[in-house]
Amino acid sequence: MSHFIDRLNYFSKSRVPFANGHGETQVTNRDWEDGYRQRWQHDKVVRSTHGVNCTGSCSWKIYVKNGLVTWETQQTDYPRTRTDLPNHEPRGCPRGASYSWYMYSANRLKYPMMRKQLMKLWRKARSLHDDPVQAWASIVEDPSKTSTYKTQRGMGGFIRSSWDEVNELIAASNTYTAKTFGPDRIIGFSPIPAMSMVSYAAGSRYLSLIGGVCMSFYDWYCDLPPASPMTWGEQTDVPESADWYNSNYIIAWGSNVPQTRTPDAHFFTEVRYKGTKTVAITPDYSEVAKLSDQWLNPKQGTDAALAMAFGHVILKEFHLDNPSEYFTDYVRRYTDMPYLVMLEEREDGRFVPGRFLRASDMSDQLGESNNPEWKTLAIDELTDDLVAPNGSIGFRWGQKGKWNIDQKTGDDHREVKLRLSLKGAHDEVVQVGFPYFGGIEHEHFNSVKVKDVLHHALPARKLKLADGSEARVVSVFDLMIANYGINQGLGEDDGATDHNQIAPYTPAWQEAITGVPQDTVIRIAREFAETAHKTKGRSMIIVGAGMNHWYHMDMNYRGLINMLILCGCVGQSGGGWAHYVGQEKLRPQTGWQPLAFALDWTRPPRHMNSTSFFYNHSDQWRYEKLEVSEILSPLADARRYTGSLIDFNVRSERMGWLPSAPQLNTNPLTIATRAAAAGMTPQEYTVQALKSGEIAFAAEDPDSPENFPRNLFIWRSNLLGSSGKGHEYMLKYLLGTRHGLQGKDLGKEGGPMPEEVKWHDEVQEGKLDLLVTLDFRMSTTCLYSDIVLPTATWYEKNDLNTSDMHPFIHPLTAATDPAWEARSDWEIYKGIAKEFSRVCKGHLGVETDLVTLPLQHDAPAELGQPLDVKDWKKGECDLIPGKTAPALIPVERNYPETYARFTSLGPALEKLGNGGKGISWNTDTEVELLGRLNHRHEEGSNAGRPKIETAIDAAEVVLTLAPETNGHVAVKAWQALSDITGLDHTHLARSKEEEKIRFHDIVAQPRKIISSPTWSGLEDEHVSYNAGYTNVHELIPWRTLTGRQQFYQDHPWMRAFGESLLVYRPPINTKAVAPMLGKKTNGNPEKALNWITPHQKWGIHSTYSDNLLMLTLSRGGPIVWMSEDDARDLGIRDNDWIELFNTNGAIAARAVVSQRVMPGMVMMYHAQERIVNVPGSEVTGTRGGIHNSVTRACPKPTHMIGGYAHQAYGFNYYGTVGSNRDEFVIVRKMKRIDWLDGEGNDYQQEAAK
Amino acid sequence: MNYLDTLLFGVYPYLALAVFIIGSWIRYDHGQYTWKAGSSQMLRKSGMSLASNLFHIGILLIFFGHLVGLLTPSWLYEPFMSAGTKQLIAIVVGGFAGTLCWIGSLLLLKRRLTDPRVRASGTTGDTLVIAILFVQVTLGMLTLIPSMSHLDGAMMQQLSKWAQSVVTLQGNPAVYMEGVDAIYRAHIFLGMTIFVIFPFTRLVHIWSAPVEYLSRRYQLVRRRG
Repeated sequence: MSHFIDRLNYFSKSRVPFANGHGETQVTNRDWEDGYRQRWQHDKVVRSTHGVNCTGSCSWKIYVKNGLVTWETQQTDYPRTRTDLPNHEPRGCPRGASYSWYMYSANRLKYPMMRKQLMKLWRKARSLHDDPVQAWASIVEDPSKTSTYKTQRGMGGFIRSSWDEVNELIAASNTYTAKTFGPDRIIGFSPIPAMSMVSYAAGSRYLSLIGGVCMSFYDWYCDLPPASPMTWGEQTDVPESADWYNSNYIIAWGSNVPQTRTPDAHFFTEVRYKGTKTVAITPDYSEVAKLSDQWLNPKQGTDAALAMAFGHVILKEFHLDNPSEYFTDYVRRYTDMPYLVMLEEREDGRFVPGRFLRASDMSDQLGESNNPEWKTLAIDELTDDLVAPNGSIGFRWGQKGKWNIDQKTGDDHREVKLRLSLKGAHDEVVQVGFPYFGGIEHEHFNSVKVKDVLHHALPARKLKLADGSEARVVSVFDLMIANYGINQGLGEDDGATDHNQIAPYTPAWQEAITGVPQDTVIRIAREFAETAHKTKGRSMIIVGAGMNHWYHMDMNYRGLINMLILCGCVGQSGGGWAHYVGQEKLRPQTGWQPLAFALDWTRPPRHMNSTSFFYNHSDQWRYEKLEVSEILSPLADARRYTGSLIDFNVRSERMGWLPSAPQLNTNPLTIATRAAAAGMTPQEYTVQALKSGEIAFAAEDPDSPENFPRNLFIWRSNLLGSSGKGHEYMLKYLLGTRHGLQGKDLGKEGGPMPEEVKWHDEVQEGKLDLLVTLDFRMSTTCLYSDIVLPTATWYEKNDLNTSDMHPFIHPLTAATDPAWEARSDWEIYKGIAKEFSRVCKGHLGVETDLVTLPLQHDAPAELGQPLDVKDWKKGECDLIPGKTAPALIPVERNYPETYARFTSLGPALEKLGNGGKGISWNTDTEVELLGRLNHRHEEGSNAGRPKIETAIDAAEVVLTLAPETNGHVAVKAWQALSDITGLDHTHLARSKEEEKIRFHDIVAQPRKIISSPTWSGLEDEHVSYNAGYTNVHELIPWRTLTGRQQFYQDHPWMRAFGESLLVYRPPINTKAVAPMLGKKTNGNPEKALNWITPHQKWGIHSTYSDNLLMLTLSRGGPIVWMSEDDARDLGIRDNDWIELFNTNGAIAARAVVSQRVMPGMVMMYHAQERIVNVPGSEVTGTRGGIHNSVTRACPKPTHMIGGYAHQAYGFNYYGTVGSNRDEFVIVRKMKRIDWLDGEGNDYQQEAAK
Repeated sequence: MNYLDTLLFGVYPYLALAVFIIGSWIRYDHGQYTWKAGSSQMLRKSGMSLASNLFHIGILLIFFGHLVGLLTPSWLYEPFMSAGTKQLIAIVVGGFAGTLCWIGSLLLLKRRLTDPRVRASGTTGDTLVIAILFVQVTLGMLTLIPSMSHLDGAMMQQLSKWAQSVVTLQGNPAVYMEGVDAIYRAHIFLGMTIFVIFPFTRLVHIWSAPVEYLSRRYQLVRRRG
């Protein structure tokens, strides 16, 4: 009872000696021991995971004690792998283990909060107006009112509100915006559904029901490698990490495996015990460099040069001099190498490669009546006939049973053996020109001057075309040989005959650019290819996003993809392209899409590619300094490619290649009425209005107020603290608050002005009327928002999680209820939907919305303009919606029923079926099952429909509809694909037909998914998941023009920008440094260094970077790594405060001076929160920024191509990407350390010595 | 005898003892995890072995010196030595120990105030304790000055009587404080104040001084509850 009284035992026999007095037994109070026992006692353990974009997707045990989460440990109960493979468990890393700190920390958001100025305005307006929509109108229609809160964004001043109040305000704002400007002015940004599918779906379902816009993320993050859709027609598909163990040679190229794939790294280590060699290629001495057998460090940004030299050796030695039988057979069957490319004759009698020869070019269309202009041709070696083999994209649509890559002809089903090289079977030798960019001079990168156009002697065939003209054709194989700089010995040729020659793309040439010794390159290339030759493709390249973050990322990526294809590694167990960036693999995707985009009620949803969106609407295009002429091929006709980069985006949008948002410069809810008045259908009306100019695309005048995005929801994201390229532009233009932008726009600075976009000298700042962020912690984005909604943490909600790194689906489950007033994302959006349905009455009823839909990949519309690019606006062709322009689709919305629709599964699934990636199936039985599982609504407009009330209901919808988690659906899906390919694939799922994975199954244990045609790999008892596996082993075509893996990109824009084949291109000059160097001096020396922003060690993007445990392990705030040499030049010592700046903005951080970093670059782990330990910048006068404060998005025209087979738009699939690695910053030591808080901690830092 | 004397030296001692004993007891029973010395040695070792040892050796000698010196009844030592001799011994031993403790506490105080790591992880109480102890030792050393001017031991005896009167509950011990020099008064007052703050600070570790270690057996086991 009392510790003290218990001590009063002096006279009791409390001590009994034993062992001759050496020891004694004491009788003392032992209550204190309970402290140690209770330390690890808990009431329950709940399975959850971290909804963070790390690809880990690790299952964790969450411990609950007295109603609070106390700690977490790794789960160890994953289903076992095969006998010859190590198991997956345990998975997890120190970052995940620190998560529970957030839940009860000061950073936790506890209540709905609103910016003070907005709350004042709102409460006043509400007291004057009974109608919330009128109240909102009275605020936003008065600029003097809106400026009071817009200018305060990011300046603090949140006040606790209530759910009722914020929901009403949000609903009023959405209603007003949809009614006044159009629903496509309501934008939602949330990334990576695979992290927490239901949470994502909650917001996107609400937005899709009201006609709002869901923004892409994979491309915006620059994690989408456009090289993948270019080569395979596939967004990204990669092996699971267990497949590393099947490999015999692994190159980790720019992927810091132990640091950024921590839970998977054990496979990388384990496979070395089998004798597998591992090679690291990174510019810095990274953790993976330390782990591997060999380290190559090319100069950052020059990887393509290294890859081309590897390819040069592989092609010469393994395809020409001493051909590997396996390689030759592989490229013949699975690549476009045998396909024929027409040559275009130039004035000097020489030629350049043109487009692929098509069946439509030949007389009688070679017997192909269906889509002949989309069927590519090759020569059959057995008969020397010109043939149109099965599987090209023309076979995919409009006919059935021949879209496969069996080596047969399409018309008479005859076996063929396609000819690779025309050498020996050629009619003549022609001189063909190839663009060369390696001679472009750059202040910070080496160049090898040769000439702008290289000429090679190629064997060509002469053909008579249907129109009577004569054409010369070459094979892609011969183009590839020439393009890699190999002299085939057919005549005058700029190619090399020896590895040691310093001629483009030899190992010696690359040494001059990358600094990697040529002998090493030759040896690694031989080892890599030799291993693949002996093991039939078990050589692998693990690659990280860093290489994809350069402006010319396609060249880096195609460089190593080509190596893999040339060695027959793609689609083979233990081989292939292992690109890991974000957790992009949403395994039950086709089950999730109806839920997420409300496809069960209305189709199509509005999607937007974020890079183009932010480039347009945060006015980064107004500062564009990269001229098109700088990136155009010397072989292109420059007169056809004029204007600024945004012009290309505008052309792309109106030709239906890329999506737009906001879509048109008018409210799409008003079009149907106007059309009816004119006696036309909405589509007809829009076509004529677009042609007459009465209606235009919003993108043509993004700075006009009717085209502003007005409302923005951000959830599961830290857009303004992490991924926002051009951060300071966003602050200025979208938010209208204090910013650090230093540059001047084109109007003031001068420069090529846009042709297609209207220029305003003055732009209204603060385009967004309302910014709402849902988060569990006070992130940078929250600080800039008008309303902050507290959401459930990852241990407080029910959800689904998958990854590309392992084959399991597993849940997040609520260990405790959301703390304080927090609610799960599902409940938050459900609440907003309910309030919206109430508030919109009287303003919005049943409305017809006109949606513009770009030409979609994996849909018939991907067969857009086959041969040339024609712009309807320039009168080059007619405006045909869905062909030469976006489809124009009227969609009926019932606004007051938004809540009823949100909470029930709609009838469109029975009516239209379900599907994805070009196939669809009937899903009546699954809807019926859901009705019984989730129960049905009994009254109201959704009576009889299956309920989706809770997050678990929503999860059951996903699991029931998806082939990956419902064996019946899997068989149906494979059957649907079989109909198109003409081959039976259902055997891949038959063994699991009766398997159905429910939410409570995965709560019990992670479950392995079922193989489905959504993905190109198999998950079964015999092979690990590997991308392209079903293409190679089931003969399912790649979704490209030729149906094969495509080396040659024949779209006119690809040729114009010099990237129809792989080339080395040096980084672009962003011109962000020169105007600032030495202009704002503080007395310390300055130097321009390359800005490299890799993934973190102490966080996952911005998450955990404000977590006390992780801050304690690192340096407690933002840090930037630099080399000893640069630090010496700049007088910077370790841990000094330094500043990094250019025309885009400035960053203040501490320096880490390390041998790890090579001179010429600085490295800042990306997305370190600016809310901890960041002083004011001397350049901007405001607080130092995030890593994106010095960047600006710069889109690339080749990523805007659309409606062209594999180069067609898909959400997060193809489109512009937000690259940022070409940027340079000025680095210098700071002088005045000003905390901008008046607390007297400011000081002067010692001057640089 | 004035009111203030009664309050400070007649009432305050009991107040201080009550807080000291009851406070320690409550803390021992209800704040077991706070019952600690709170050493900051692991934050910065340098200089600690000198400062801490000087301080602790000095203060232990002073503590026992005061205990014996003040509470030993005069009839017990008079057969062996005069009061004057006792005072002389007290001056010599106390002066020596006081010097050690003064230097030690000065070093510790400086460390606590200037070392950023120690300062950041310490509490106000930690700073208060070392500051008071330093002042108290300083005052104690200053009492040597008046003591030198009257080496007969009378003042010493008078203070002993006060102390013995307090602990033996004689009633109004303040009478013994009449005519006592201000420096002694300040020293005694502060001494009692140390008893007052004792249960609220790291000083409680004194109760748990590991004296048993000197005689413990090699192996100690506890009987099952």
